[in-house]
Amino acid sequence: MSKKVTNSYEEKARAAENKKAAIGDDIDLSLYKSSFAQAATHVDTKNISKKDKGLMLSAGVMLDDLSQRSGTFVQMDNTPIHSSIRQEGIEIMATSQAMAKYEWLKDYWWQAVAVDADKYTAHVELHQSNGYFIRALPGAKTVYPVQACLYLNKTGLIQDVHNIVIAEEGSELHIITGCTTAFKNEPGLHLGVSEFFIKKDAKVTFTMIHSWTPQVGVRPRTGAIIEKNGLFLSNYVIMKPVQSLQLYPAARCVGENATVRFNTVMVSPPNSKMDIGSRVFLDAKRARTEIVSRAITTGGDIIARGYIDGSKPDVKGHLECRGLIMGDSGTIHAIPELKGTLAGVDLSHEAAVGKIAEEEVEYLMARGLTRDEATAAIIRGFLKVDIEGLPPMLNSEMQKAIADSEKELF
Amino acid sequence: MDSEYLLEINGLTTRIDNREILHGLNLRIQPGETHVIFGPNGSGKTTLMMTIMGFPKYRVTKGSIFFKGKDITHLPLDERARLGIGISLQRPPVVRGVKTRDMVAACLKKEDGSEIIEKLAKKANLADFLDRDINHGFSGGEIKRSELLQLLAQAPEVSLLDEPESGVDLENIALIGELINNLLQKIHPIRKRTHSGLIISHTGHILEYVNARTGYVMCNGRIVCEGDPHDILNTIKDKGYQECVSCLRR
Repeated sequence: MSKKVTNSYEEKARAAENKKAAIGDDIDLSLYKSSFAQAATHVDTKNISKKDKGLMLSAGVMLDDLSQRSGTFVQMDNTPIHSSIRQEGIEIMATSQAMAKYEWLKDYWWQAVAVDADKYTAHVELHQSNGYFIRALPGAKTVYPVQACLYLNKTGLIQDVHNIVIAEEGSELHIITGCTTAFKNEPGLHLGVSEFFIKKDAKVTFTMIHSWTPQVGVRPRTGAIIEKNGLFLSNYVIMKPVQSLQLYPAARCVGENATVRFNTVMVSPPNSKMDIGSRVFLDAKRARTEIVSRAITTGGDIIARGYIDGSKPDVKGHLECRGLIMGDSGTIHAIPELKGTLAGVDLSHEAAVGKIAEEEVEYLMARGLTRDEATAAIIRGFLKVDIEGLPPMLNSEMQKAIADSEKELF
Repeated sequence: MDSEYLLEINGLTTRIDNREILHGLNLRIQPGETHVIFGPNGSGKTTLMMTIMGFPKYRVTKGSIFFKGKDITHLPLDERARLGIGISLQRPPVVRGVKTRDMVAACLKKEDGSEIIEKLAKKANLADFLDRDINHGFSGGEIKRSELLQLLAQAPEVSLLDEPESGVDLENIALIGELINNLLQKIHPIRKRTHSGLIISHTGHILEYVNARTGYVMCNGRIVCEGDPHDILNTIKDKGYQECVSCLRR
């Protein structure tokens, strides 16, 4: 990265250092320790403790058996501790290493997310953050998913992450990312910038499982740019408590026939605040999107957002947001938004928030299920999002992660 | 079994909210028998079935329901199902995310019943529906077949079938009849049948495919006539339900 570019982003970041985010509770960054990114090291996964590996596994990251993964990346706090590849045509390394290796990477830096979007993006820039760089070379297709884990190990710390994912023309990349913490009841803050570039005819599936704890704040900032005939399929699952989480990734279809699908499954336990949504800008002819979210509160607060902007001919978008309120407390606020700026755009949405329908419970009970079994089956079904395009193995891993967390709901 | 009856209903009075719908109704079904109920809209036919099944909204204020000699009048819905009572609803709800396969498996209650499920689904011409959300986007006929598919897996001793032929096209009604005959063990001689059925029929079409021993006419929450189901159907066709009501008055 050239000095000039660095300075330009640094200047913008400095100017946005105290800029509150447009949505979500404001987090006082001074309450946490900031540290500068550490140089990447390499630790064999065998030498990562059993406890840490167990926690990472709960977020979908398997370190005991790497044979089912095309590549692996682990960052602990602000230090990348492991990156390995098992398939040709796939690159995975710390972003600092990638910046040193590829001069051209500066052309991608802060292109899908604005450096001065808010004080969180500014913080990431000003702390020379690390993160993962994952790239599929032209035509390369991952046999197994690439996995990445962002792990908060020290309490009271801000983890700054800047990830770059590039799927070159005609490539296919499946990524599973798990974010979790080593501690249970101490504070921490995760700031994660992720920029995706999906080139012509490329396909990226990105499955992110968050497994936080009650005192952790989380502010991911994600942007994706999808070119002609490209596909971006993003799945996000959070079913564990978190103090405050706000994310609103934005995907921009810039090439004809570009397609984006966002699937989100969220469960908010008592005292958790989740403000989660997805935005898609259909900026090219025949671009398509589908945004599906399932929200359950067992006492926490959820804002479920969705936004589709259609500005080119023959674009099509659908937004579906369904929420279930279980118990006597907790809120779900669904905010589906559609904006069309051209005749002929086809945008639609459906949103529903309520409790489990008694009629459905009784229907299952009439087949011999107890009330608890019937309720569990309905919730399981509610959380089961049919994900078109996700490889079967990844789909079953995602469903397993959901099923494991479901047990704690009843 | 302590009683000669599989199902015995005595003086049944049912309320929905504060409105009394059934007024002291009596009914007895022996093992292996099939009975049919006719009646105009709003006569209480569905209420009777929902009360027998034990849906909480249907509150029994007087009378009793015995199943195999056991008083089940106040037994919860799911316990009745597990004892051996099954129902095919007229308008079952859509349960998003719950697949037809899940429902059939829940009815079957077998560790590895996947082969049986496939076989039953094929029989009901619903093999392609197993991985669809239950009742979501199903046509009238598909709903009826799906209900019967679940009952075939559940194999209840008493099947309560609420208008199994309504909304079914002529092409599929024979299949519905075949599924009911399977459910009610019609391939066996009467003495060997252990499964009984109580069928609500609006049109009587189902009688062309399923033999029934007894027919009833319900009006205003009471059984007003009992007899050969074909005779009753012919009377209704010729003279309408008014004849049944006036017959009672005579």
